[in-house]
Amino acid sequence: MNLDAFHFVPVLLWTDALIFMLLIVALATVWWIRRHAHLRAPWAAVARRPMAMGAALVLAVFVIIGLLDSLHYRERLDDSPPDRPQYSVEVLSVFDALASRLRTQQEKTYSAPLAMHLYAKEFTERDGATVRDYPRLKYGGAHLKQADEYISDIVRRVFVGLLQGLAGSLLLFGLLASWQARHRQMKVGSWLSAWGTGHLGWPGRTVVIVLALVLMLGAVMARLAAGYHVFGTDKVGQDVFYISLKSIRTGLVIGTLTTLVTLPLAIVLGIAAGYFRGWVDDVIQYIYTVLNSIPGVLLIAAAVLIVQVAIEAHPDLFDTSAARADVRLLALCIIMGVTSWTSLARLLRGESLKLRTLDYVEAARAFGVSHARIISRHIFPNVFHLVLIAIVLDFSGLVLAEAVLSYVGVGVDPSMYSWGNMINGARLELAREPVVWWQLGAAFVFMFALVLAANLFADGVRDAFDPRLEERR
Amino acid sequence: MSPLLRVDRLVTGIGAARVVDGVSFDVAAGETYALLGESGCGKSMTALSLMRLLPDGGRILSGHVQLGETDVLALPERDMRRVRGGQMAMVFQEPMLALNPVIKVGDQIGEALSLHRGLGGQAARDAARALLDSVGVPDAARRLDSYPFELSGGLRQRMMIAMALAGEPSLLIADEPTTALDVTIQAQVLDVLRNLRATRRMGMLLITHDLGVVAENADRVGVMYAGELLEEGARDAFFAAPQHPYSRMLFEALPRTGDAGRLTTIAGQVPRLDTQLRGCRFAPRCPFVIARCRAESPGWQELDGQRVRCHLAGSLPAGSVRERVAYPVAEHTPQPLLQVEGLKVFFPIRRGLIQRTVGHVRAVDDVDLTIQAGRTLALVGESGCGKTTVGKALLRLIEPTAGTIMLGGKAAHAKNMPTLRRQAQMVFQDPFSSLNPRMRVADILLEGMDALGVGARGERRGAVTRLLTQVGLPDDAGGRYPHAFSGGQRQRIAIARALAVSPRLVICDEPTSALDVSVQAQILNLLKDLQADLGLAYLFITHNLAVVEYLAHDVAVMYLGRIVEQGQAGAVLRTPRHPYTQALVSAVPRIEPPAGQPVIRLAGDQPSPLNPPVGCHFHPRCPHASAVCRQTYPERTDLGGGHWVRCHWVAAQG
Repeated sequence: MNLDAFHFVPVLLWTDALIFMLLIVALATVWWIRRHAHLRAPWAAVARRPMAMGAALVLAVFVIIGLLDSLHYRERLDDSPPDRPQYSVEVLSVFDALASRLRTQQEKTYSAPLAMHLYAKEFTERDGATVRDYPRLKYGGAHLKQADEYISDIVRRVFVGLLQGLAGSLLLFGLLASWQARHRQMKVGSWLSAWGTGHLGWPGRTVVIVLALVLMLGAVMARLAAGYHVFGTDKVGQDVFYISLKSIRTGLVIGTLTTLVTLPLAIVLGIAAGYFRGWVDDVIQYIYTVLNSIPGVLLIAAAVLIVQVAIEAHPDLFDTSAARADVRLLALCIIMGVTSWTSLARLLRGESLKLRTLDYVEAARAFGVSHARIISRHIFPNVFHLVLIAIVLDFSGLVLAEAVLSYVGVGVDPSMYSWGNMINGARLELAREPVVWWQLGAAFVFMFALVLAANLFADGVRDAFDPRLEERR
Repeated sequence: MSPLLRVDRLVTGIGAARVVDGVSFDVAAGETYALLGESGCGKSMTALSLMRLLPDGGRILSGHVQLGETDVLALPERDMRRVRGGQMAMVFQEPMLALNPVIKVGDQIGEALSLHRGLGGQAARDAARALLDSVGVPDAARRLDSYPFELSGGLRQRMMIAMALAGEPSLLIADEPTTALDVTIQAQVLDVLRNLRATRRMGMLLITHDLGVVAENADRVGVMYAGELLEEGARDAFFAAPQHPYSRMLFEALPRTGDAGRLTTIAGQVPRLDTQLRGCRFAPRCPFVIARCRAESPGWQELDGQRVRCHLAGSLPAGSVRERVAYPVAEHTPQPLLQVEGLKVFFPIRRGLIQRTVGHVRAVDDVDLTIQAGRTLALVGESGCGKTTVGKALLRLIEPTAGTIMLGGKAAHAKNMPTLRRQAQMVFQDPFSSLNPRMRVADILLEGMDALGVGARGERRGAVTRLLTQVGLPDDAGGRYPHAFSGGQRQRIAIARALAVSPRLVICDEPTSALDVSVQAQILNLLKDLQADLGLAYLFITHNLAVVEYLAHDVAVMYLGRIVEQGQAGAVLRTPRHPYTQALVSAVPRIEPPAGQPVIRLAGDQPSPLNPPVGCHFHPRCPHASAVCRQTYPERTDLGGGHWVRCHWVAAQG
């Protein structure tokens, strides 16, 4: 393909490739599940839970932002010759392009959320005299001529945002209602009454209300961000709202790619230990007992430092700093995956120990069915619910673990946007007077929303898949 | 005299289902009232409603329960706690689960004593000891300091009964108290319950599915079906002439001695209770159904002391609805299909850091078996005697320690396992754990054919359809998952899976013990039909002697890893010679007690195979044990006609 026609060149980072691979696998799994009644049933149970569906919707917002942020490219430099194009060293993403104003509108240093002025006094020229005062921001609230318009402008933006969000949700709701009514061959009015009384078979009310809330919040944020720094700016004047949004991808990558490393190890070793018993079981048990006895953070720190040294020893391998940070992120995922498979493996070992004595496994052995086939047809499908529960439960733990590791300084690359780095950066500023709280606050709000949504969704999945909870349903 | 317990139109719902629907009955002091019915008919829910111990979501919707002077349903929860255990107590089915494993049984009984009788310290200990004595626990003083895991199943159930008696209740509710126990232990426990009722003049509500237990223990009987009481009457009248079609069919479904005919089965299934039910609930399955049955729920009718809810009460044709079919009996052939000699299965016991073998559990010790083609050998024994291990060792699911297995004239080694596995297959006890819930029925049936390469690949799908028809399942069953089927249908699938590789021998490991009587009859009929059609030989592993009498041609009785008596079914079961077989036969609760035979009750439990007694394994429990029994294991004594025993006492009689 001739890329000269474009003003950019796509960049595929390692984690991007893995994320899109994961997305394809996830979509294929969804397609597979839809075709099998017994696989569909528990997911249908998840879909009937209002809490789980609301959480899924919030998660979807995070995932969409994360995916947009994973489509990377490099822009062509304006002054490069057409025959030999040169590209910027800065790797941008589609999300950056959408939020370019947030990215480029950089202030001098700290400013409070929604502020018009810097957070520090400076000497400025005013009416010919030099005064020491809080200077106006270059971008935040720059459109205001008078300081007294400030409150009314904010209120107006919030109000307009709410209205836009509401209008958008009403439009979507109307489309949903007419589509559903046609799909079910009923009148729109009767569908609406079924929706209102919660007799749809799926939590329609919750989904619509959560969607409306998300849209309104998004619209308000967009309105405000157009004129202000919603969550303030950090030490170098970068928009904290932008950093928080960029950190979503890091959190998602850590939460999903790590399980990708964990799963094969846990499934293969756990089932092998439980199914074969004997020396296989002994060896695998020794491995994970040893691994579990080493303090986790220490092991991760050591491994990360080794990787860091290796990366720095070979600067020629990476053409951009983003690629270098990305490899370090991937290394962190692998390291965390290698150290965290033990709990799932132990769980699967116990379950396989139980399953191997069940009569249907004995019956298969009575037919002389091979071990590989017994494991793939009898053991694995019957422990799969545990794997699934572990994936969704571990996700939030991993997101939080990244924050802790980055805070300690052994997490992702310091140049990478992540909530852990935000907290790390905010650490020293908490001692300032007056305190700079918004970096920590923003990281907290975003992590809280993601982890809460993930946990609520995980609860729904566990309730639907765990056979021991069946009688409570 | 006013009854001790009066239940009046009790209705209990769980969610949308009315699991108990308008049940009324009385229990007098000193009387045993038996609630009889198949699983899921609401017997246990009735009992739990009386105790007000319903599971989550369960509510008593209406009705009255009067215990003595107390209106049980009107009591506040605080007073109810005093009634539970104090005025009525309950014994549960599974003694393993009902005792706390980390508290000594003496303390658990003491807890009940201090709650209901305010006893503590030495007084409580003495009272607990007296209770254990009264339920026949040997060496009661020492047993008080045991933990539940140190006790056998029978002793645990006695502990439960002792605990229930601690509050000196006037009503004892026993929910399947002996279902989890072996026959000889069941006989002991039922004796204990009978004695207690007589000496304490307690009322007893006995919940069971076993007609034999009812016949031996109850004074009055109530038959439950789909949440309703269908029939009620005094025991003798009920057993002489059951009036409701359902009760009759339950009797007809029971396998009986010397009966070669097909068993009556009840078509269909118990209706779902969360749907709107109209008319008689048994109507969809009733062979006598008339139009009125479907429209109108029948009321109670009195018939010489019996009460029955049936529109046709009194006008039903007398006599049996059982269909008579003579099954051909395969003759002895010179070449037996399966010949097992000196089969031993020892499990090593490992201890210590390096897992050194310190001993062996002799699960199967020197077993010889012979099965002729087309015949059924029943392997009978109590749980833990090693009968299942024999079955699995024959298929090498458990590697035998020693012994030769000849199948169809060829010795079975590890090398020729595929040929062996085409000739012998297994049907397991629990149809819920023997089918992979994540595989379609067709895939389950194909698994064996694929693994052993039976038939051409293209023909296997056709074979699946043929198998499904053969075991009486609809053609479209292949595309569904096991959870869509009932217990009986699942067992049919399991049988079809075994038949898929056209074996000549099928090892049936208690294939009906997890099923209800009417479903058991279906499976037994199916097994007999298949034997007649395909000339199958069965090794039928069971503890249920009634089934053995019905199905088996030959019987081998196992005790603690060894066969103690073997011979033709009629000879062994009608004139048992070994004292253990005699006790086993005598312990089975029967509807018609065999006249003239003395009742033999075994003392104690089966010893552990880890450390079997020296000499004859049975001597500690044997009423005829002598000095020689304590020293040497008896040799075979041939009694003619292929009947032999291993017993010094029989040998001495000549």
